[in-house]
Amino acid sequence: MHSDCNSFYASVECLHRPKIRDKPVAVGGDVKQRHGIILAKNQIAKKYHVQTGEALWQARQKCPELIIVPPNFHLYERFSRLCRKIYLDYTNQVEPFGLDECWLDVTGSGILGNGMTIAQEISTRIKYELGITVSIGVSFNKIFAKLGSDYKKPDAITRIGRDNFRDIAWPLPAGDLLYVGRATQRKLEGYGIHTIGELAGTPERVLRSWFGKWGEVLYCFSNGLDISPVDPSAQSVKSIGNSQTTPRDLTTDQDIKIILYVLADSIARRLREQGLKGRTVCINVRDNQLCSFTRQHTLGNYTNISSEIVQAGMNLFRQNYQWRRPVRSLGISITDLVSDAIPIQTDLYCNERSRERQERLDAATDWLKQRFGTTAIRPAVLLKDQKLSGFDPYCDHGIHPVGYF
Amino acid sequence: MAYKKYVEMVVRCTADGAILPLAIRWAPGIMYEIDKVLDIRPAASLKAGGAGIRYTCRIRGHEKYIWREEDRWFVEAKSDTMPSEG
Repeated sequence: MHSDCNSFYASVECLHRPKIRDKPVAVGGDVKQRHGIILAKNQIAKKYHVQTGEALWQARQKCPELIIVPPNFHLYERFSRLCRKIYLDYTNQVEPFGLDECWLDVTGSGILGNGMTIAQEISTRIKYELGITVSIGVSFNKIFAKLGSDYKKPDAITRIGRDNFRDIAWPLPAGDLLYVGRATQRKLEGYGIHTIGELAGTPERVLRSWFGKWGEVLYCFSNGLDISPVDPSAQSVKSIGNSQTTPRDLTTDQDIKIILYVLADSIARRLREQGLKGRTVCINVRDNQLCSFTRQHTLGNYTNISSEIVQAGMNLFRQNYQWRRPVRSLGISITDLVSDAIPIQTDLYCNERSRERQERLDAATDWLKQRFGTTAIRPAVLLKDQKLSGFDPYCDHGIHPVGYF
Repeated sequence: MAYKKYVEMVVRCTADGAILPLAIRWAPGIMYEIDKVLDIRPAASLKAGGAGIRYTCRIRGHEKYIWREEDRWFVEAKSDTMPSEG
């Protein structure tokens, strides 16, 4: 089954603020920091067609009495944890998918009842114990379970079984299927395929000729043939990254350097904390016209050294940006991760001794930061513009989007 | 209209890790002893706005709910009975 907390951030906020519970509420970023978009909205705000991701002023135009509250990620993490604790009472096969969604495999939990009775109990308990609601989809595979939890909202349970998936799932638009995004949907529509049923009825080899390997995946998904297991350890990290929309536009290489230092410091620290090293550095640059691009570079060695990541990011930026326009937001991430315990092939032409010293330096600064806070020790370049460098991605952002594969 | 009032508590931490409330310090100089804890369960408080472990306690013959929300304790206080609070 798949359980999805309904408008999670907004529900948690409404629970904690009884006075605004019956009003249209949205959780939004800080306009002054230029993070002014809607992160989540409650059911009442949904009626006004307020959408996640739109600017706050757009939302206010649609709904002038909209109450916008600032996000409190620590609170959401707590509720996410509490939800998972409830799921774990029914099965140990719980796979989180983001903060507010989980897959549960209750095949072996027969002693507690069948899927529907367990779903009913979970739904009741979450409402009673946490004061928020969930939508649950009960099915025989993960894809249809997710479809079921989206089928009816809020506070609902939908069963998509082998007997009725043709009646429930197949008439739905193809875009409802996990991993059919806007681009895929458009392409499918070009071929005259609008529903999941039509997709399922298309021969596999035809889909393969249109989409390549994805065609097979889509065929499996739409026919209920997905056999991927619920994997409690699936949350394994594939990349680590941070990005920041800056309080003012960046206009010089030095501004970029400041932001990169703060971001790279945070991701290198997270790498070290999780015992990982990465090799491919990727930057994401968005200018003040909101045009953005991504560039990546694979290093010769796996690394978790802050200064190497900054250097790689800076090089990528210098090579790929001509400063036609100021930069509004900047992100850096590292992928191709391995455990930091694996043996590393050293390079004859690179000074391993200095790398080891760098690693020790990072370990020492990590310890100081952990004890005295992130700003206790930092590169001098960050002091040049403290307004710009005065954010802490390490502490502020513990929530990361996830992918199915 | 009820509101969420964080309160100071006297609690007993048992050797096996349980936490039992003994008394609630409502205001300076006003202490209510808890006669009996009747029920302990996770629950949300829709009136006060919060969720945690809810203790159903008997205090001077009345059944009252007290919540433990992580490290803090709160009650659903009525604003009309305690005009000086809040």
